[in-house]
Amino acid sequence: MALTEQEIQEFNKKACQLRKDTIDTVYWAGGGHVGGSLSMMEIMVLMYYKYLNIDPSKPQWDDRDRFVMSKGHAGVGYAPVLADKGYFPFDMLKEFNHTHSRLGMHLDGNKVPGVDVSTGSLGHGLPIALGLALGARLQGKKWLTYCLLGDGECDEGSVWEAAMAASHFKVTNMITIIDRNRMMIDGPTEDVMKLEPFVDKWKAFGFIVKEVDGHDYNQLVDAIDFAIAEESGPVVIIANTVKGKCVGFMEDNYQWHYGGLDSEKVTECKECIDNYYCEI
Amino acid sequence: MAADGLTYTIEDTANMSTAEIYGKVLIELAEKNNDIVGLSADLAKSTKIGQLAAKHPDRFFNVGIAEQNMFGMAAGLAKSGLTPFVSTFAVFASMRAAEQVRTDIAYQNLNVKIIATHAGTSFGQAGTTHHCTEDLAIMRSFANMTVIAPADGIETANAVQAAYNYKGPVYIRINRGFDKQLYEKSDYGFEIGKAVELHPGTDITVIACGVAAYNAADAANILEKEDGLSVRVINMHTIKPIDKEAIIKAVQETRRIVTFEDHNIMGGLGSAVADVIVESGKGCAFEKVGIPDEYAIIGLPEDLQNHYGFDTNGILAKVREIMGKDFEEDEDWEDEV
Repeated sequence: MALTEQEIQEFNKKACQLRKDTIDTVYWAGGGHVGGSLSMMEIMVLMYYKYLNIDPSKPQWDDRDRFVMSKGHAGVGYAPVLADKGYFPFDMLKEFNHTHSRLGMHLDGNKVPGVDVSTGSLGHGLPIALGLALGARLQGKKWLTYCLLGDGECDEGSVWEAAMAASHFKVTNMITIIDRNRMMIDGPTEDVMKLEPFVDKWKAFGFIVKEVDGHDYNQLVDAIDFAIAEESGPVVIIANTVKGKCVGFMEDNYQWHYGGLDSEKVTECKECIDNYYCEI
Repeated sequence: MAADGLTYTIEDTANMSTAEIYGKVLIELAEKNNDIVGLSADLAKSTKIGQLAAKHPDRFFNVGIAEQNMFGMAAGLAKSGLTPFVSTFAVFASMRAAEQVRTDIAYQNLNVKIIATHAGTSFGQAGTTHHCTEDLAIMRSFANMTVIAPADGIETANAVQAAYNYKGPVYIRINRGFDKQLYEKSDYGFEIGKAVELHPGTDITVIACGVAAYNAADAANILEKEDGLSVRVINMHTIKPIDKEAIIKAVQETRRIVTFEDHNIMGGLGSAVADVIVESGKGCAFEKVGIPDEYAIIGLPEDLQNHYGFDTNGILAKVREIMGKDFEEDEDWEDEV
């Protein structure tokens, strides 16, 4: 069902704040995977403020929905969301990457409350999510597993092993979302290792594919609602996004897959983000 | 008594391969425990985890020839509250999907039991692609991982049950086919991390695991009768955590130690024992026997055991060689620490 104008405004407010928190976290951490953290923020806002059935006061609650951050390098964008949800104090973000900190570049589920699966090595998330989903189905549990992949990690064979298995086992309690920002460390995905025809590949592996604008809440909500309701087989949502979204000099620039920010750049980033939200 | 109360005798297991015994134990465990699920990668039949699949098809996932996905799925299933048993050949469990085992299972300290078959050179005719002489080294370098190399079918039954009762990741490597029967019954006191003395002795200690344990016990009996040698034989079924106490006791009481294993001599049982000896600061004559740092030859497993010197004859020869060497032996330990 389409979101109300008020809901969209609230999500925008949240995404604006979390994008700025991400910029601060990159600064505190001394560097981070900022481009892919900014590209996924609308998806993350919908996950954590609309869809996931979770209770931050009980991170290990048995019946919670599971979220697998397969693009584990997006820790600088993920941790601010978890802090905002109350899984841990906001000030912990200031220790990101510091020696003995619980927060490192790729979040460790045994150290960070709210992180269901420790990720960071690419291509691992979908197989684990599939195991979670099959485990829930086998035990008659109603909770859902959401998995957010990067597009670059779809170069990994293990993603396609899991895709083949998800359709073979007719898994319908797992919602797969791909942050298709088209950039990886060494350049555009289509230059480094061609993914297209990406939609056709997923279809060929037995998925129902929904391709959407990953910065448009209503398109995302339609696709996620569809994926939750679908009972014939697995659904993947290919969310077309912009790497470094909202920060002009980072947008669509693979050089900002990872980077550091000084205080001047932090100010500039935040101004860009504020301007973006003023304009919409 | 085995941990879960499933006991066997030599008669029960006489006509079963080691993997068949594993399959039987797994079914029996699964009957009592609904949390057990199985996974294999098109090797359900060969590893005998297929016995679980036949009995409980709903609790078994054959993922096709895709080991990386299999170990990732096992991590997810464990995270959902189940206890996955994963079976494939040791070479694929330890290498094809090593990073998934390390990052998805060991790093997250998940309750996944890996029962890897066709270990060492037990699939000798298949050649290097199917030999696995590296898994102990790889698996024991993964923090949180427990590593077990049972000596025979009865010990495999004990190890599988103990692994189920232990919370955390466990790697058990078993052989292809039939193992010589070392134990007559289950209740000899199997415990993860606790070595079993197979033969008492004071002249030299032989520490062995897997197929070499039977051969070592056999050799000790011959050496006692023919050479009048008192050979202590330790079955070090758990490579990690290793039984340090048993090793240091052997250093102090026999002052000569030799290890035998169906594995590269770098990084396996011998290396694990060497770590303990060196860190103890006690002097000890020491040798490692196994596959030297090379890819093993092709052939029947028993011929390979002979070729690499961990069959009964090889152990006899090595013990005699070490006992024939001059070795300074005194009772004063104080000057050696």
